[in-house]
Amino acid sequence: MSIRAMNQTILYVVLSVSALLISFPLLFTLSSAFMSSAESASYPPRLLPSGLHWDNFHQVVQTVPVIRFITNSFIVAGAIMLGQLITGSMAAYAFAFLRFPGKALIFSLFLSTMMIPWEVTMIPNYLTVRSWHWLDSYQGLIAPFLASAFGTFLLRQYFLQLPKELFEAAKVDGCGHLRIFAQLVLPLSMPSLATLAVYSFLTNWSNYLWPLLITNKESMRTVQIGIGMLQFEEVTAWNVVMAGIIMMLLPSLILLVIGLKPLVRGITAGALKG
Amino acid sequence: MEKDITFTAPLPRKSAVSRSAASLRTSRWKERSLAYLFLAPSLILFGIFLFYPLLKSIYLSMYLTDPQGRVASFAGLDNFKNVLTSEIFYNSLWITFKFILLTVPPGVAVALLLAALSIQKLRFTKLFQFFFSLPMAVSVGTGSIIWMVLYHPTLSILNYALGLAGISPIAWLTDPKWALISISLMTIWLNLGFNYIVMLSGMQSVPEDLYESAKIDGSGSFRTFIRITLPLISPSLFFISVVSIISSFQSFAQIHILTKGGPMNSTDVLVYNIYQDAFINYRFGIGSAQALILFVLITALTIFQFKVGEKKVHYQ
Repeated sequence: MSIRAMNQTILYVVLSVSALLISFPLLFTLSSAFMSSAESASYPPRLLPSGLHWDNFHQVVQTVPVIRFITNSFIVAGAIMLGQLITGSMAAYAFAFLRFPGKALIFSLFLSTMMIPWEVTMIPNYLTVRSWHWLDSYQGLIAPFLASAFGTFLLRQYFLQLPKELFEAAKVDGCGHLRIFAQLVLPLSMPSLATLAVYSFLTNWSNYLWPLLITNKESMRTVQIGIGMLQFEEVTAWNVVMAGIIMMLLPSLILLVIGLKPLVRGITAGALKG
Repeated sequence: MEKDITFTAPLPRKSAVSRSAASLRTSRWKERSLAYLFLAPSLILFGIFLFYPLLKSIYLSMYLTDPQGRVASFAGLDNFKNVLTSEIFYNSLWITFKFILLTVPPGVAVALLLAALSIQKLRFTKLFQFFFSLPMAVSVGTGSIIWMVLYHPTLSILNYALGLAGISPIAWLTDPKWALISISLMTIWLNLGFNYIVMLSGMQSVPEDLYESAKIDGSGSFRTFIRITLPLISPSLFFISVVSIISSFQSFAQIHILTKGGPMNSTDVLVYNIYQDAFINYRFGIGSAQALILFVLITALTIFQFKVGEKKVHYQ
């Protein structure tokens, strides 16, 4: 066995053990979702169910309108994602490539918004949304999150890493900023836009406190609130709860499978060198 | 810009200069208005949903509120005085810093290490990358419930595994010595997916030919990582440290679901403390004052990071 082959084997072992450790909480959830209630409450804890108890999922659907919740979450998280991509990439372009008075001040203003604890703004925001009669509405769930300092910051970091020569060449060719933005920067920043898109969707998919505050109708509830309706009590049927968690995780898992591809493909060196 | 197409008398230099100055002014002005136009959507949204509520909180922090949360009487700076002289506040502050230390450096280090290991061109690389990104699909709410079961006093599979290794069971969430560590462990796991993805994106933007030439120069993989990869991904590293610190400052849901700040206030981080003051005791004044102090703290820390960090960051 050559040194190289040994190194590879060690690498594979390290990677596999890490993968197992990191995915364990989810594998455990998946396995518990198929257990009978007796199995999920047994000690020593079981790693695998004796059979596939699909009935747990049936119980979840009967207890709460899961499909409706998932649809709501999709609409809300999807709209927020689009909004953040548009507002974020525009602002990031201004910070990365345009000169204007007050740039440093406005940038620190943007950054400071990342630090305002959500708890501070919650009550006044609730009053604002209520006064606009936006309680129990999609726009009420969406509007407060449409701009993202985080997204702006992320994209700015990527924009700054793009090679300067590209822009000089484009400027010599007489391209204006609008064209550079739309035809150079955005296509080259696809990986970071994808990062932001996936990130934005997943974080807003998991919003908890805000939907809880501003939705009262069951038909407007989102997935995260729905999960709480599975009734967590002292004597909880964990298998049913886990089945609920799996159902609510499924959309974000699917998105991760789809969304990881553009991230993993990354910027090829060729595209960077133009 | 108009092009002057004339082959007869060349223009006197002076007017050429003044004209190019004029066109420079126009383009400068154009650039400015475009910048403000590009910033407007974000700024307007921040104004309505962040800055205005913040000002309102500042207003509230100067008042005492009744149990319904209505403003009762003017308190001036008393709320701030109360906060800054209370032991609970300093305890919270200390716990918050411990929590940041427990979550940020390990979280960033593990993500960096995993990204470095899984960027190699091997078979199954994509599969490993998917596994390491997995926690990103888990929301704080669902993640907390999963870990509630993992840490469960009677069902804990973690304790069972420890038992197999001959270690006595740990009261993960009920022992004051362990509660914060347990919350931190779970938080590292929750954030790992995102941190990993950012690190990986950063590493993939490193041009391939740099690695090629390092190989030709006979540089070993460790040295290449230190000499080439690290400097080139410093923007991503810097970004992830800033964001991680801010987000751990604001961790709330897992503490709310798993420990409620206990046992014996051992997980009572600042944001949870604010939540208790404002939404359980309806002392919006005190809550707002604390929130503002938190805001100032995070801002100061971030400015410090930018002052120290951006100098070391290598942008192409």
